[in-house]
Amino acid sequence: MSADRPAIRLTGLTKSFGGAANAVDGIDLDIAEGEFFSMLGPSGSGKTTVLRLIAGFEQPTAGTVSLLGEDVTDRAPFDRDVNTVFQDYALFPHMSVLDNVAYGLRVRGVSRRERHAQARQALETVRLGGFGDRKPGQLSGGQRQRVALARATVVRPKVLLLDEPLGALDLKLREQMQVELKELQRELGITFIFVTHDQEEALTLSDRIAVFNEGRIEQLGTPAEIYDRPLSPFVAAFVGTSNIFPDALSRAVLGRGGMHALRPEKVTVGRADAVPSTQRTAPGTLAEVIYVGSTSRLIVDLDAGMRIIALEQNDAHRVTEDERGSRVSVGWQDSDIVALEKATADTTDPATDPATDTATDSAPKLTTDTAR
Amino acid sequence: MTVDTASPGQRIPVPPHRDTLARRGSISLSRHPRLRLTLMLSAPLLWLGLIYIVALAALLITALWTVDSFTGTITRSWTLDNIITVVTGSLYQTVTVRTVGVALLVTLIDILVALPIAFFMAKVASPRWQRILVIAVLMPLWASYLVKAYAWRSVLSQNGIFEWLVAPFGGETPGYGLPATVITLAYLWLPYVILPVYAGLERVPDSLLEASGDLGGKTWATLRLVVLPMIWPAIIAGSIFSFSLSLGDYITVNIVGGANQMLGNLVYTNVGAANNLPLAAAIALIPIVIIFGYLAVVRRTGALENL
Repeated sequence: MSADRPAIRLTGLTKSFGGAANAVDGIDLDIAEGEFFSMLGPSGSGKTTVLRLIAGFEQPTAGTVSLLGEDVTDRAPFDRDVNTVFQDYALFPHMSVLDNVAYGLRVRGVSRRERHAQARQALETVRLGGFGDRKPGQLSGGQRQRVALARATVVRPKVLLLDEPLGALDLKLREQMQVELKELQRELGITFIFVTHDQEEALTLSDRIAVFNEGRIEQLGTPAEIYDRPLSPFVAAFVGTSNIFPDALSRAVLGRGGMHALRPEKVTVGRADAVPSTQRTAPGTLAEVIYVGSTSRLIVDLDAGMRIIALEQNDAHRVTEDERGSRVSVGWQDSDIVALEKATADTTDPATDPATDTATDSAPKLTTDTAR
Repeated sequence: MTVDTASPGQRIPVPPHRDTLARRGSISLSRHPRLRLTLMLSAPLLWLGLIYIVALAALLITALWTVDSFTGTITRSWTLDNIITVVTGSLYQTVTVRTVGVALLVTLIDILVALPIAFFMAKVASPRWQRILVIAVLMPLWASYLVKAYAWRSVLSQNGIFEWLVAPFGGETPGYGLPATVITLAYLWLPYVILPVYAGLERVPDSLLEASGDLGGKTWATLRLVVLPMIWPAIIAGSIFSFSLSLGDYITVNIVGGANQMLGNLVYTNVGAANNLPLAAAIALIPIVIIFGYLAVVRRTGALENL
């Protein structure tokens, strides 16, 4: 791993599809060799377009793509040492599973015997040894996913691009495939670039994450950095759930100027008369109690005029639905408050801008919060 | 409580079902799926079964009769003479080979022309151009067959447009004959080949083409290993149109074919001028047998299962 020869280097990468805003807007990014790198963002944030620019399916409007120090911007997809696992798997329906996996070797002129041997081995590594003779249509979603992985890795790419590969799988299978992906990456030792809109998936798998918003990278960092120290309201709201305090409420409730965020799992809710266990407290009314299995999500209307979400473990003292409407005291530690230094771009659509909402739970698919 | 006006929060009552004859009929139909099926299929089955299949069977039977050479009336005595004549006569053999040759050549030309056009329509053109092209492909079907054949006669005539176009390069018009017949038939049946191939290509997801390129497949490999196998059934469907339509044609060859005859012409002269319906029927069996043979060959490739 050397800093001056990254696996992928993007410089000023821009792509316009002729609309008002650029789909990808001047991205500069280095991805190191052997890294598991995730591009996380809502749909339309440009992450998939960046992936397609790296693969060569799209030509950039401006900027360059370099692969191991070599400029590949003008090269055709078949001329780049990167391979893609497609969202819909894109398996050839008329070929057997074995022929699908052997396809990349076939077009490189590898003999039938040799390519079948390698394809069989690749199928073994994804635990589909006995499935070579089947057609893709006879496999389940998870099995097709593995065939697509075997097909893309059998040609030993320098970089593997994965476009929301787990999106079509159900929850259990997705969790299982996450583990397998991580193991496969460690085994092969190649760079994985993983596109997803699922923040939990990105946090679980990645060495580093780039959070995309409106064609730009909003924040770049390790999962812990992204989750614990979000720089902008967008990141704070999109990665996990955050209570976001605009400047005025920040002064009123937290006692400090500027925009701030507080994770729901860092917020405690006690009965109004109880002795506070935290540095800071604020009074409010319990508006809603949502039971989510191991935890409960408590929604409190603060007297200061803001709605705040707290996540509490469901133990013997859990707050129940009957206590809706009762007076409570919300508490937190000063050290858990994160200052959002970087304002989200002014072009932000008010509908998705977390700052306009007092507490935000707007990120898609946030049924569970990632407690860290 | 009577409800005259619907006040907020008050539900307007849903009227009960009235026991009409139509309702009883519907109920009994929903309980008798077989009756439903019979009613639905009787008209098309009557059409297909009685008119189409019986007509074909009549043809086969007519081929086994003869014509009284004095009176010109059909004698209903069973004989294989007509069929033997058609199979062994050198005239019929020559014309059959010629007709099949023309039909195969027309089919081949149509497929070669249709593939790039259909590919452009399905994979390259914008949605707007896609619509325009589909209409452009369908447009010739709105014009009369005869008009189009005569148009080609004029194009291919001495001093016609074709000659005017190729003369600067030292070419000349093929004149009227088999090449003109092939060109004209290929033009006439082209839409019937483009449309199924286009529909077939539409069903090939773009991501498969990208996946092939991504795995190192260059354009030719992608076409040969991914696109062609996937649209093979569509090509076969198109070829059945152009092949069978060419096999039965007798007007185009009359207009631009010079003195050449195809099987259709032999049928036509035997029905009309020669007044020998049984022989005409026997000749008409040739293209039917060939088409069945063609379908059998095609079936072996597995293309029909995916139609």
